[in-house]
Amino acid sequence: MLNREILKILEKDARLSPAQIAAMTGATEEQVEQDIKQAEADRTIVKYKTLINWDKAGNEHVWAFIEVKITPQRGVGFDAIAERIYRFAEAKTVYLMAGAYDLAVIVEGRSMREVAEFVTSKLAPIEGVTATATHFVLKKYKEDGEIFESAEENKRQAVIL
Amino acid sequence: MNPANDCPSIKKPLVSQRVGALAPSGIRKFFDLLASMDDVISLGVGEPDYATPWRIRESAIYSLEKGRTMYTSNLGMPELRMELAKHLERTYGLKYDTDTEILITVGVSEALDLVMRAVIDPNDEVVMQTPCYVAYPAAVLLSGGRPVQIATSEKNNFELAPADIEAAVTPRTKAILSGYPSNPTGAVMPREKLASIAGIADKHDLLVISDEIYARLVYGMEHTCFASLPGMQERTILLGGFSKAYAMTGWRIGYAAGPREVIAAMTKIHQYTVMCAPTMAQVAALEALKGGEESVREMVADYNRRRLMFVKGLRDIGFSCFEPKGAFYAFPNIGITGMTSEEFAEKLLQEEKVAVVPGTAFGECGEGYVRCCYATAMPELEEALARIKRFVEKRRR
Ligand SMILES: Cc1ncc(COP(=O)(O)O)c(C=O)c1O
Repeated sequence: MLNREILKILEKDARLSPAQIAAMTGATEEQVEQDIKQAEADRTIVKYKTLINWDKAGNEHVWAFIEVKITPQRGVGFDAIAERIYRFAEAKTVYLMAGAYDLAVIVEGRSMREVAEFVTSKLAPIEGVTATATHFVLKKYKEDGEIFESAEENKRQAVIL
Repeated sequence: MNPANDCPSIKKPLVSQRVGALAPSGIRKFFDLLASMDDVISLGVGEPDYATPWRIRESAIYSLEKGRTMYTSNLGMPELRMELAKHLERTYGLKYDTDTEILITVGVSEALDLVMRAVIDPNDEVVMQTPCYVAYPAAVLLSGGRPVQIATSEKNNFELAPADIEAAVTPRTKAILSGYPSNPTGAVMPREKLASIAGIADKHDLLVISDEIYARLVYGMEHTCFASLPGMQERTILLGGFSKAYAMTGWRIGYAAGPREVIAAMTKIHQYTVMCAPTMAQVAALEALKGGEESVREMVADYNRRRLMFVKGLRDIGFSCFEPKGAFYAFPNIGITGMTSEEFAEKLLQEEKVAVVPGTAFGECGEGYVRCCYATAMPELEEALARIKRFVEKRRR
């Protein structure tokens, strides 16, 4: 149970030190370190990353959300085709979906052309892929539970009895 | 100068004796000092740092768009009373009749005032813990009653001792007022102790007014609802709220649940004084009960992390600090500094710009303690601890 509490805390703020996490959970620093090491080793913790609002950093990034329909292959189902796709570094996120299409792929590139080129020359021709529909992202409002431009104010009185 | 007021042409006192006799908050100058400063880290608050969860806010916004801007029934919206009754049954196994035993109020604040006015005859006594929420003695005094305050101490985990209550009961005692989880101490009463108090209430035929506004904010234990103790529902007026659990302090909404006669009497006053709780707040409260559970769980998990971190931080500085099991307050003993509560709070604010509330604001026996609210972002709590540490280090004896 402690382990899950550490994961929840780290998921919110990966920069907290084992000492800080220990204080927040009542565990010892060594326990926390050990649990984190273990979670890293078995890839429960996959990696630590930073959520960046690239629009603010002035970088030109484009993202596309691609619906992919595929014909499952005998014996390996969807997994083999999914792998053909997720091995490309351009495919940042790949999900198997229930519903009108089979795979959801999020592709990141420097330009729409670059993304389009990836879809037409790499993704669409994969054997088993029967159709793709590409949707370009115009603006990111919220990601991973965080609103990029929040207008919330916190105006508490300094003392309330 | 006219001794009764500042206005030379008016000879009679402007203010009633009853209100005139009410002690003003002892920390006025502290407020003034605060107003003149910025960059203060305030641990002096008594409310969550979260805004109300969006789905609750959204339901109220939608109701406004639909034009739900009229009064509701005096008791409160039937759907809300019904949902509340379900909630109380689900959580504590208590059955309340939605038409006669539940009243929706303008916060627990109003419910507390109503219940005192409804049950107190002149000079009736109400036994209560101290240090306690500032409104407890005031509500009793304003109703013409007499608060009988029982000191609780760090040594006894700030729990009301049944023996002390027994000793304080007189033929004039009308009710026991219990407020757990406690503001300002964060104390929670164990079930067995509450059961002993129930025995006393039964023996002396007393009402029990139980302010359980922090019921949802308990850590690593279950809250015991006083009314759920055997035989107690018929003599308990349960005061419950939305302010703390759902981060809804500004909405001004709460409730009372209890015996029909008392709720009817409270409703009479409520009807003449406020008509009904704000309609949009009632809509929001309904949504809170229906869909706010996940948010409560998340907030409680977060308060708990801050609680563990903050209390450890205070102890690492060298304070003796009782472990608060409920609400969102820590109540450290500042004995190591040799200062009074007020001195400590004032100097800490001046020198380190950290606001805490002197324990004496909650009763004389709060001397030697300060109340710190840890419902504040983690980095601010860490910074506050660093400043308090520096402050203490300069004057440790
Ligand atoms: C113990 C206690 N009771 C009641 C209240 C008042 O709550 P409400 O916002 O419901 O009026 C507070 C608020 O600080 C409190 O701490």
